[in-house]
Amino acid sequence: MSESNLKTSPAKRILVAVVLLSIVLVWTVPTLGILVTSFRDPADIFATGWWSVLPHKTFAKTEELQLPRETDPNGPVEIEGVTASFEEWRQGVALEDGRELRWYGNKRSRRIDVYEEKWVGFGANLTLQNYRDVLSGGTVQFTDANGNTIYRQGNNFSSAVLNSIAVSIPATVIPILIAAFAAYAFAWMEFPGRKPLFIMVVALLVVPLQIALIPVLRDFTRWGITGTFLCMWMAHTGFGLPLAVYLLYNYISTLPRDIFESAYLDGATPFTTFVRLVLPLSIPALASFAIFQFLWVWNDYLVALVFLGDKNRVVTSALAAMVGEKGQDWHLLTSGAFMSMIIPLAVFFGLQRFFVRGLMAGSVKG
Amino acid sequence: MSRDIDSRWNPIQLILLIAVTLVVLIGGFQLLQNLQNQKILMTITAVAWGLGSVALLFYVLNAIAESAPRKIRSIAVAMVFAGPAVITLIWALVLPTLRSLRLSFADAHGRGFVFLDNYKFAFTDPIMVEAFRNNLLWMIFGTSFCVIMGLIIAVLSDRSKAEKVFKSLIFMPMAISFVGAGVIWKFIYAYKGEGINVTEIGLLNAIVVGLGGKAQAWLLMPFWNNFFLIVIMVWLQTGYAMVILSSAIKAIPEEINEAARVDGAGAFTIFFKITIPYIMPTIVTVTTTILIFSLKLFDIVRVMTGGNFGTNVIANEFYLRQFTYGHSGQASAIAVVLLVVIIPVLAYNLRQFRGREVLK
Amino acid sequence: MRKLFPVIIALAVIASFTGCQKKAAPEAAAPAEEKAMDDPYAAVRGTVVTMAGPFVDSDAIKFEESIKAFEEMTGIDIQYEGSKEFEASIGISIEGGNPPDIADFPQPGLLKNFVAKGYVVDLNKVLDMDKVKSNYIESWLDMATMTAPEGDIMAGIWGRVNGKSLVWYNKKEFDAAGYKVPSTWEELVALQDMILADGDSPWAIGIESGAATGWAATDWIEEMMLRTTSLENYDKWVEGELKFNSPEVRAAIEAMASIWFADGMVYGGRKGIATTSFGDAPKVMFENPPKAWLHKQGNFITSFFPENLMAGSDYDFFYLPSVDPSLGRPVLVAGDIYAMFNDRPEVRMVMQYFATGASVEGWVKAGGAISPHKDSQLSWYTNEVDRKVAEVIQNATSVRFDGSDLMPGAVGAGSFWKEMTAYVSGAKSLDEALTAIDASWPAE
Repeated sequence: MSESNLKTSPAKRILVAVVLLSIVLVWTVPTLGILVTSFRDPADIFATGWWSVLPHKTFAKTEELQLPRETDPNGPVEIEGVTASFEEWRQGVALEDGRELRWYGNKRSRRIDVYEEKWVGFGANLTLQNYRDVLSGGTVQFTDANGNTIYRQGNNFSSAVLNSIAVSIPATVIPILIAAFAAYAFAWMEFPGRKPLFIMVVALLVVPLQIALIPVLRDFTRWGITGTFLCMWMAHTGFGLPLAVYLLYNYISTLPRDIFESAYLDGATPFTTFVRLVLPLSIPALASFAIFQFLWVWNDYLVALVFLGDKNRVVTSALAAMVGEKGQDWHLLTSGAFMSMIIPLAVFFGLQRFFVRGLMAGSVKG
Repeated sequence: MSRDIDSRWNPIQLILLIAVTLVVLIGGFQLLQNLQNQKILMTITAVAWGLGSVALLFYVLNAIAESAPRKIRSIAVAMVFAGPAVITLIWALVLPTLRSLRLSFADAHGRGFVFLDNYKFAFTDPIMVEAFRNNLLWMIFGTSFCVIMGLIIAVLSDRSKAEKVFKSLIFMPMAISFVGAGVIWKFIYAYKGEGINVTEIGLLNAIVVGLGGKAQAWLLMPFWNNFFLIVIMVWLQTGYAMVILSSAIKAIPEEINEAARVDGAGAFTIFFKITIPYIMPTIVTVTTTILIFSLKLFDIVRVMTGGNFGTNVIANEFYLRQFTYGHSGQASAIAVVLLVVIIPVLAYNLRQFRGREVLK
Repeated sequence: MRKLFPVIIALAVIASFTGCQKKAAPEAAAPAEEKAMDDPYAAVRGTVVTMAGPFVDSDAIKFEESIKAFEEMTGIDIQYEGSKEFEASIGISIEGGNPPDIADFPQPGLLKNFVAKGYVVDLNKVLDMDKVKSNYIESWLDMATMTAPEGDIMAGIWGRVNGKSLVWYNKKEFDAAGYKVPSTWEELVALQDMILADGDSPWAIGIESGAATGWAATDWIEEMMLRTTSLENYDKWVEGELKFNSPEVRAAIEAMASIWFADGMVYGGRKGIATTSFGDAPKVMFENPPKAWLHKQGNFITSFFPENLMAGSDYDFFYLPSVDPSLGRPVLVAGDIYAMFNDRPEVRMVMQYFATGASVEGWVKAGGAISPHKDSQLSWYTNEVDRKVAEVIQNATSVRFDGSDLMPGAVGAGSFWKEMTAYVSGAKSLDEALTAIDASWPAE
């Protein structure tokens, strides 16, 4: 529509740009926030917002005053010519010269801290330590001041990332392989029950996986394979297959009939035709679905929570566990969150084109 | 691998091949069990074994099928092609649905028959009623925000030079897990409590305080906290709506817009009279997809509030019933309810599908 | 066919590799077998006992450490599989007919379910019970006795326990401010008032805990139950015979509310309680200046304190006194009970071992665990605070287990947490919350 662009007035175009820019800002700031936070020192994170890494003016403590012991904090207190109550002093009282006085602690301290407004935030205090803590797999053992031996477990995200890879790649490729074979059969082969079986696939497109969790888990338990990668692959294969078959069918069924016929004439078996012709020709569709499924598996939490347990934790469950245990340890949470995002974001930005195509084909339409 | 059409596997080869496959399958599994402590090696082995054995399996099954008598050979080969998918689907989805249906009439431990008790719970328990209400909020507001925002961005960015950049930034959250998004937004909603000289580190509270307001515990705010959670889904899913709608808009023939413009139609008239009707089928598609999505939503609520403070949703209650309270009857009933709600979409899908006459 | 050869060779290599791995273990054990003559454990050497439980991270390491000596001595390999989703997975594996040999329950209420269904081995029949009984005080034995289809059985053995009725404080600042440790409820109230008058909040409280949000509130209610009403009522309440919406339970919750919701009494206010994570709550006591002064929590909380604090000099605790002095010194505890699902000689031997103090000695020495066994020694506690916790438990006039862990999961890990969270955050009135909990009690 570029021609029509030229016709819109500059004012309108600027308006559109401003609106778009502000939407994009709202959309990206949350991610930016945790990215910045993940590199900050834990104490800083808790004391100031992440935006304070930018230079800004703030009150900083410059000196301490000790009030005489006989000062009665329950009545009005006069300091430097200003009289105010304890509560007011505690909130901070601004002097005319721009300084601010704040009472330190409770009434017993009788201490006043003097604050002055200063520019801060140049050369922000950034660190990689958070990532070290989050990634480290081993136990950090040290003896604290009590003489207690403290075992601090690294959050082991490096192993969670490996586990996620071990789960995601086969859980992406296996359903594609199975689905491609099936899609080819549904599109180009004759066998009894072809139509009802394919209708079953279409119907299963929207079945919520919750309904399958319990029975499938019971099967895995009976076979003694809960907690293994194998059961994750099987589960994700099962849950991802309807979409995979449907998508690949849509694509493979549009391949020209002639190429199969000439292949058969050349003496190829269905298997060789499939491996040598159909698979290479379907690469765009395969790639679209692969990205879609990869992101889905990588970002899945429910299936991993139910089937995988703790020994082989994937990034989503590792991160969710950290949210439960570490509460407001933002330095760990943010760097953990970023670790969990790196690979999918890389895949996403690298293969965006395919992903979009996959999404379009994957929308639940008839 | 190129053999002529009549070459069959001789029995010895075939048996050997089957034996090898079994060895790979079992040996690989055993090997994986022994590699628990060498993560990288295990990961590589797991990937190789997982992929290798499936490929091998197809190869072997095909070899067997090709050795079948000529009469049934083509059907046998078709079975080999379609069979694994069909069997997996039946095992992973069809049978479980039936089994869940049965469990939903059984007691907490999957035994006996308790008539409709579990369904009575699913529809009348105050916890479930609250969850239904919240899911309704998610479905109505979450879906419409996503679609409307997606539409606005799609239309606007269509007129911008930096369309690609804008779109991929809006789209980016699609690659982030719900759990990761939970952390991101937990940090935005962070609240430090009342106190003296408290510096809020959550962006939202900092803005509110900066504008002279009072910091709020956003996730505790009755009723409205649902919307603060819905925002997260909007953030994640708008990109999806945008991309699909945008490509539908681009498919509108330029002549139609041009003709309208010649007739003196303004941008708004064109949008409502031409664009919207033209892309209506796509809007319906996008809406259904996001609707189903918001019905099954689990991760955001579990990570952000654990279903507390009046933000519970059906899928979270399903998880709690099954895995925390150990009541598979009630959990299955909830799952069945989820399925029942989706059935209209399913029926619609099937009708569309039949109408299209896909199978030649 | 030729193309298959490389594959076969590769497979042969893999197969022989796995084969070797399997052979390696017996070879290593061979020297031990030679001494079989004078080895009392010859019959069990090389056997494997599987265990499942909730220990992960540092707990799992400490547990492994503390059983290592036993494993070396007997040659039994105890394979512990820890999982945070233990409560969910254990039910599935037991009912799927595939239970571990021993499971470690932090919530006896959950174990009770399995006992009632007859899945658990009666320890009276398989262990040397004289030894077991002489090693625990009566309360523990009572709490391990549960009802099975064939009658009451000894369902498990207590391992590590935690004391809960403890109030932690920042000792350095506390002493500097001239505050005194209270020994009665009146003194505690006076201390609260003094801290309030000095302009600070006395208490630091937080109940946020992800999906388990609210458990810290239920602990407080249990403490107040023990301190405002009789033990019989507590037991009846846990059994479900005394309703939540009864005057006794209401009185206990109101006693808690009089602290929690009073103006300025808790740092961060009522909303702060609901949004602060339980592990972060005590941290404000150690800020400069301290923002709050008292924090009630089990002894495990010290691992959430800022690092490099000295037990006994930087922080300390006192026993939360009883509101009604006639109720004595009740102590709320939590702990792990080991139950046996498969009866084999080596499993018996491991269970018998868990009934001795030696089984937790390593853990006690590493800090963070209290032993309920009579044959454990106070000298094992390497720090003052752990030893004092052990003394508090020993000096208790009565010991009661964390009630929410005894209640059915739908209440104890569900509505009790949830409804109390709703009540604390102000979303529900006490009436609504209590009625909802009573309604959620399972019918069976």
